Amino acid sequence: MEGVIAIYIVMLAAFTGYEVIARVPVILHTPLMSGSNFVHGIVLVGAMVALGRADTPLEQVIGFVGVVLGAGNAVGGYVVTERMLQMFKASGQKKNKGSP
Amino acid sequence: MQDLLPDKVATLAIDASYLLVALLFIMGLKAMSSPVTARRGIVVAGIGMLIGTLMSFLYPGMGNFALMLAAIAVGGGLAWWSGRIVAMTDMPQMIALYNGMGGGAAAAIAAVELFRMAAAEPGAAVLHGPVVTSLAAAGAFIGSVSFSGSLVAFGKLQGLIKRSLRFRGQQVANLLIVSATLAIGVSLVVSAHPTMQVVVLFFALALVLGITMTLPIGGADMPVVISLYNAFTGLAVAFEGFVLENAAMIIAGIVVGSAGTLLTQLMAKAMNRSLGNVLFSGFGEGAAVAGGQVQGSLKPIEPSDAGVMMAFAQKVIVVPGYGMAVAQAQHKVWELAQLLIDKGVMLRFAIHPVAGRMPGHMNVLLAEAGVPYDLIADLDEINAEFETADVALVIGANDVVNPVARTDKGSPIYGMPILNADKAKNVLVIKRGQGAGFSGIENHLFYLDNTRMVYGDAQKVAAELIHAVKAAG
Repeated sequence: MEGVIAIYIVMLAAFTGYEVIARVPVILHTPLMSGSNFVHGIVLVGAMVALGRADTPLEQVIGFVGVVLGAGNAVGGYVVTERMLQMFKASGQKKNKGSP
Repeated sequence: MQDLLPDKVATLAIDASYLLVALLFIMGLKAMSSPVTARRGIVVAGIGMLIGTLMSFLYPGMGNFALMLAAIAVGGGLAWWSGRIVAMTDMPQMIALYNGMGGGAAAAIAAVELFRMAAAEPGAAVLHGPVVTSLAAAGAFIGSVSFSGSLVAFGKLQGLIKRSLRFRGQQVANLLIVSATLAIGVSLVVSAHPTMQVVVLFFALALVLGITMTLPIGGADMPVVISLYNAFTGLAVAFEGFVLENAAMIIAGIVVGSAGTLLTQLMAKAMNRSLGNVLFSGFGEGAAVAGGQVQGSLKPIEPSDAGVMMAFAQKVIVVPGYGMAVAQAQHKVWELAQLLIDKGVMLRFAIHPVAGRMPGHMNVLLAEAGVPYDLIADLDEINAEFETADVALVIGANDVVNPVARTDKGSPIYGMPILNADKAKNVLVIKRGQGAGFSGIENHLFYLDNTRMVYGDAQKVAAELIHAVKAAG
């Protein structure tokens, strides 16, 4: 990849990440951390490529471990984030019903 | 296995899909930053992940598909199962665990590349230029630290690792390990044909560093560290994205890296600690000095009397802490609160920014018990109201109500904003035993004249209080 373009991408992505998080209320810190934890689970696709191109047994073993870990990151991150956010929704509804 | 599409078409389709993946991730994260749209956000990001994963099977020149599917089934299956059964109280350590797995995956990608370089015949064409090798090595370093560090964080919060290991010269030792690892990393880049042993040593040192960096950090500071490692993993993923020329990994990694850094700062600020302070000074080191002179004595009270006191109060503020969640008492406490509200007591829950194990964790736990939002107030909202409260009911909270944070400059928690429970007319403290808090600091609130201690398991005490309030008519 072209060096200058790579730097552009990094700059814009860093700015985006900062902007997205900047105004988050404290009540969502835990789910949001979990959510961003899920997003870097995209490392799974890289691990898949590494395993897919592995030739020697050593590369295959490391690639296999990489895919196991990457899949764990992606799936685990999704499940716990979804569970937490689901509860927030329920409690919001209760508030609407319960408050006078 | 045969490639499903011609190489060029496949590559183009994959690149296009990765752009979409990056877009979905950013939209998802954006939605997750507001409680109204948060649920939709994770679903949007999830769709992105699914698209990215499926499209990656189309990469030209790939093999080992059976292994790949098996690995996804094993890793994904275990994570799905553990994520489903984990209690809400244990959420922070699960986030640490999954985050560590991501760091490990990034390190594994780098390991494949570096070992391939090491395995190349001497004199063979150089596999990667110095820039790509540097990025691979940097990702390997950060990913490995995040992996072993997150596992230690998980072990500590899960109670598998009980002690905070500290020894003299620890920081010097860590600095030596960092220098050695960096030196080896530079040699990897310069030599272009490293030996197997050097690569193994590189990873071993980075993994050890993650452990020695995390072990001395106290449990109270762990959320900040987990958040930091979350940002680390993001960076490691981005670096390996450059190595593999994978746009989705680069963008997602950098977005998480920057968002995670900001989130880490916000958390550290909420705890009134600087990041350097968290990383380089063990929490509770000054505890012996701070615990010094406590005036007064601990005055116990029976739950029945405490219940009567609350039943005839006009205004009660409940201060829940992690101890309440550990005892799984949030449902009973909410039942007690409802009973008091029905009696006409003005009641609210006061949440400290770091109540629970992580900022926002206590809100998740109370939401689980069904406490509506309008009864929950944060520190800035509620602190002025303690002066007019008849009873402050402190359940399993300790450091966040310790007045020492206001007065004692020598205390490690000095300057941390606290809930002013000590200003209430009466303070009831439900506590399991007489030990000090997570930070190991004596709590002067417990010794005040207007404080009464209700000893016992929070759930049992809450049940007894309910009984007493009912009996009070």
